[in-house]
Amino acid sequence: MEFEPKIVAFLCNWCSYTGADLAGTSRMKYSPSLRIIRVMCSGRICPTFIFKAFQEGADGVLVCGCHPGDCHYNEGNYKCLRRFKLIEKYIRQMGIEPDRIRLAWISASEGKLFAELANEMTQTIKNLGPSTIKAQLEQMV
Amino acid sequence: MANQDKPKLKMAIYWGAGCGGCCVSVLDVHEKLFDVVAVADLVFWPIALDIKYKDVEAMADGFIDLTLFNGAVRNSENEHMARLLRQKSKILVAYGSCAHLGGIPGLANLTNKNELFNRIYLETESTLNPDGIIPKTHFNVTEGELELPEFFNDVRALNQVVDVDYYLPGCPPRTERLIEVFMAIVNKAELPPNGSVVGAWEKTLCDECKRKKTDNKVIRKFYRPWEIHDDGETCFLEQGVICMGPATRGGCGYRCIEGNAPCQGCYGPPADAPDPGAKMMSAIGTIIDSNLEIEIEEIVDAIVDPVGTFYRFSLPKAILRKKMSVPKPVN
Repeated sequence: MEFEPKIVAFLCNWCSYTGADLAGTSRMKYSPSLRIIRVMCSGRICPTFIFKAFQEGADGVLVCGCHPGDCHYNEGNYKCLRRFKLIEKYIRQMGIEPDRIRLAWISASEGKLFAELANEMTQTIKNLGPSTIKAQLEQMV
Repeated sequence: MANQDKPKLKMAIYWGAGCGGCCVSVLDVHEKLFDVVAVADLVFWPIALDIKYKDVEAMADGFIDLTLFNGAVRNSENEHMARLLRQKSKILVAYGSCAHLGGIPGLANLTNKNELFNRIYLETESTLNPDGIIPKTHFNVTEGELELPEFFNDVRALNQVVDVDYYLPGCPPRTERLIEVFMAIVNKAELPPNGSVVGAWEKTLCDECKRKKTDNKVIRKFYRPWEIHDDGETCFLEQGVICMGPATRGGCGYRCIEGNAPCQGCYGPPADAPDPGAKMMSAIGTIIDSNLEIEIEEIVDAIVDPVGTFYRFSLPKAILRKKMSVPKPVN
């Protein structure tokens, strides 16, 4: 059976979730590997969310927010960007492939872009193969 | 002074994978030690008393009233003693950062047993080991079989091995906090619910830190402590030095800050933050003063060792508690 990745996607309420909604209402077909979690702002995404997702078996984590300058709360997406850069550096040191996480800006009108992003990310994770993080964390030897 | 006829509290102190600093912090009660021995009998304390493991094994279950377990669980001997002391003790306290969160030995979770053994017994510049001898857990000599504890692949905090009643954090815990907790037990004061962190505040270190702080912190460049002239009074973070204060419990008496060193996080995360490093990354994300991706990357690049900085004392209890081994390439 082909490996179908589990990707946890955190989408901000104002732009990205609406963008994903647009992809749906426009009946665009895209990979079903995303598990979307709506948050009020990408600035709400604590690094804990991402680590927890991996701990519980996610193969990848996608974070989407409004384009720079468009944040509903002015600068939440910038905070997200800065945290994301720290997280990238950290997970690299922890032996996790940096390609398993991705940050993208999706506006409310970019339904097509979202669908493409979902497919792209799914392909990236398929190439990486299933995550062994959960299994490794559970193993006490 | 307590009444001499009153049955004394039976107390044990044990060290797992630790440096011995926790035991010294117990000795730091100084003359108060007389008050302690007036109300408590030390029934087991390898650093100070010649009581063997078999003596502990001979004790009835629940015989010991209070055990302070310091040090992490690194090998099968630590694990055996953790289980044994859990069985023999009414109250088991994870004493100090290593027992609480894994501590400094926990940073070994960035590597594994094989890598460690190779480095230590084969590769170090000062090693002469042409036969490639590596310690074994069992070895037969003419006198009989020798046995060594088994070295684990990863370091564990105490509660990853046995149930722990209380956690007394710190590297080492501040002696005043120990006395407060000890006296509370002796005086049969109402103890907090099981699993509580005792001897530390609910709020973060920043709350008690006396350095000058402004509300809107901004950082344009991170420095390592030796790269700047600390002015001695401004918040370390505002000077660009990473200080774990925002992600660390208070209660230590800001000893490091008083010594003009930034907090390293030995008291562990406050109650509402399950993962101290995540909390710190979140806080730092807020104060980096740039919105440009390239600039942010440059600023973040100055943090050379994120794990060692954000999880110095807590890696085994972090959500991602050890370094992932590289997956085998698929054929």
